[in-house]
Amino acid sequence: MSIDAATARKVAHLARISVAEDELEQLTRELDGILGWVEQLQQVDVEGVEPMTSVTPMSLPRREDAVTDGGIRDKVLANAPDAREGFFAVPKVVE
Amino acid sequence: MTLPATTIAQARDGLRRGDFTARDLTEACLSEIGAASALNAFTTVTAERAIDMADAADRARASGEGGDLLGIPIGVKDLFCTEGVRSQAASRILDGFVPPYESTVTAKLWASGAVMLGKLNMDEFAMGSSTESSVYGPCVSPWRRTGDETPIVPGGSSGGSAAAVAARLCLGATATDTGGSIRQPAAFCGVTGIKPTYGRCSRWGIVAYASSLDQAGPIARDVRDVAILLRHMAGHDPKDSTSAAIDVPDFEAALTGDLRGKRIGIPAEYAEGLGEETAALWRKGAEMLRDAGAEIVDISLPHTKYALPAYYIIAPAEASSNLARYDGVRYGHRAPLDQGDGVTEMYEKTRAEGFGPEVRRRVMVGTYVLSAGYYDAYYLRAQKVRTLIRRDFETAFGAVDAILTPVSPGPAFGIGEVTGDPVQMYLQDVFSITLNLAGLPGVAVPAGISANGLPLGLQIVGKPWGEAELLNAAYALEQRAGFAAEPERWW
Repeated sequence: MSIDAATARKVAHLARISVAEDELEQLTRELDGILGWVEQLQQVDVEGVEPMTSVTPMSLPRREDAVTDGGIRDKVLANAPDAREGFFAVPKVVE
Repeated sequence: MTLPATTIAQARDGLRRGDFTARDLTEACLSEIGAASALNAFTTVTAERAIDMADAADRARASGEGGDLLGIPIGVKDLFCTEGVRSQAASRILDGFVPPYESTVTAKLWASGAVMLGKLNMDEFAMGSSTESSVYGPCVSPWRRTGDETPIVPGGSSGGSAAAVAARLCLGATATDTGGSIRQPAAFCGVTGIKPTYGRCSRWGIVAYASSLDQAGPIARDVRDVAILLRHMAGHDPKDSTSAAIDVPDFEAALTGDLRGKRIGIPAEYAEGLGEETAALWRKGAEMLRDAGAEIVDISLPHTKYALPAYYIIAPAEASSNLARYDGVRYGHRAPLDQGDGVTEMYEKTRAEGFGPEVRRRVMVGTYVLSAGYYDAYYLRAQKVRTLIRRDFETAFGAVDAILTPVSPGPAFGIGEVTGDPVQMYLQDVFSITLNLAGLPGVAVPAGISANGLPLGLQIVGKPWGEAELLNAAYALEQRAGFAAEPERWW
């Protein structure tokens, strides 16, 4: 599988990272290089091998489904680039 | 002003005897930090807070307290969120972020009486092996090649932590390790670092890179010091469901240096493509462990060569998901918008401006390997390979108690010397990355000096939750290696 400029542009959009047209060629080359290099995993016989889901064999602990935190609106908003009237503000989303 | 103590253990004992105060120690560190701006190791210095914490430690001691870390000044990698102190993961996208909460690991350290000196430089989002990719600019190692003034990298991603300890700006530092980011910089700077078993330390409040691989640990002068620090960083945390409810032993008490009856494995696959200098040091290390009473055993870890490519699917995949939160809405940088720009343009411009080139690359690689149609071929296959890598270690640990390997292929390189092909930088982690994939603990111990005058380290790998025994093996190696070289002060 090799990456072309159209694929690189699509991946950049999926990742929500704008890429200028003059940067596209280098990006394509780099992604192609990395993905070509990881291609060697195709040599491994993984027949019948379970994919790892947890690196330490442990079952996740359960806890009571209860609210343990909250009521800190101002702290939550304190780092926002644009917060108004107790909300995060963003450009218009709905037409 | 030079530090009145060279290690945490010495400082602890000196403070207990009343030879000096926490205030003395802290002021000495702050003065050293002030004189070392050329290293760019500290990115934020919290001098006032440090003095307040030191005075509080001295008062606590006067009223009868005296824990191991009471009054010990340390630095904190910028990846750890520290309440009220800028925490940016060395990224522009977290520009100005001041966490309203404290990471569990640092909260534990402060509860033990440690003193916070400030934040330490690192590769952006812990993605790198040289601490060159930082919004604060590169960190410079205190070490230089013999007769050569070329600035040398401290390794990465925890380069600031290793450089600060090596230059004696602080007695110890927090660090994190996703693919080698504690062990490689420790080895490059001639200091000691341990990556604990996955789940030993809470990840809560540490900026996430690849959650199934990230683990916090200490960097300090020697094995005893990392043993002391780790005890006060580790432990179960209800806020991190992957942190283990396993007792934290007194790691320092395990340090006897006696390896009689222990078997140490030497994995054949790690010799592939190894330089003669590193290979010779590795053989010497095996001799040292034999001298401590261990039996040296040849072992095989057959899937070693697939660890790096598996990592460079799994880690970017997790990163692309973790870093989706940086959208210019809740914290950090938001790009200036043009007339008519909507929310998608805001995301795309913000992330393009806020992330550096390596972070952008990894997020895009991760996005690609998780995208529709490619998931099975890349991500699922990599997770199967990861199972095989872990199985290799499980088989090996049936026959040995620990494994000895190099930390990295060679000594530190110069700033700007490994650029161009990103894969060349990835190869730095070929010996360290296997442990993250298998969740195993590993220690880097300085063991020699290269022909060009830079430190070289060896790595010992332990069984899951076997940090006490692992640190004891590292202690035996440290005693015999007798590494005492110091960087010549040029800063």
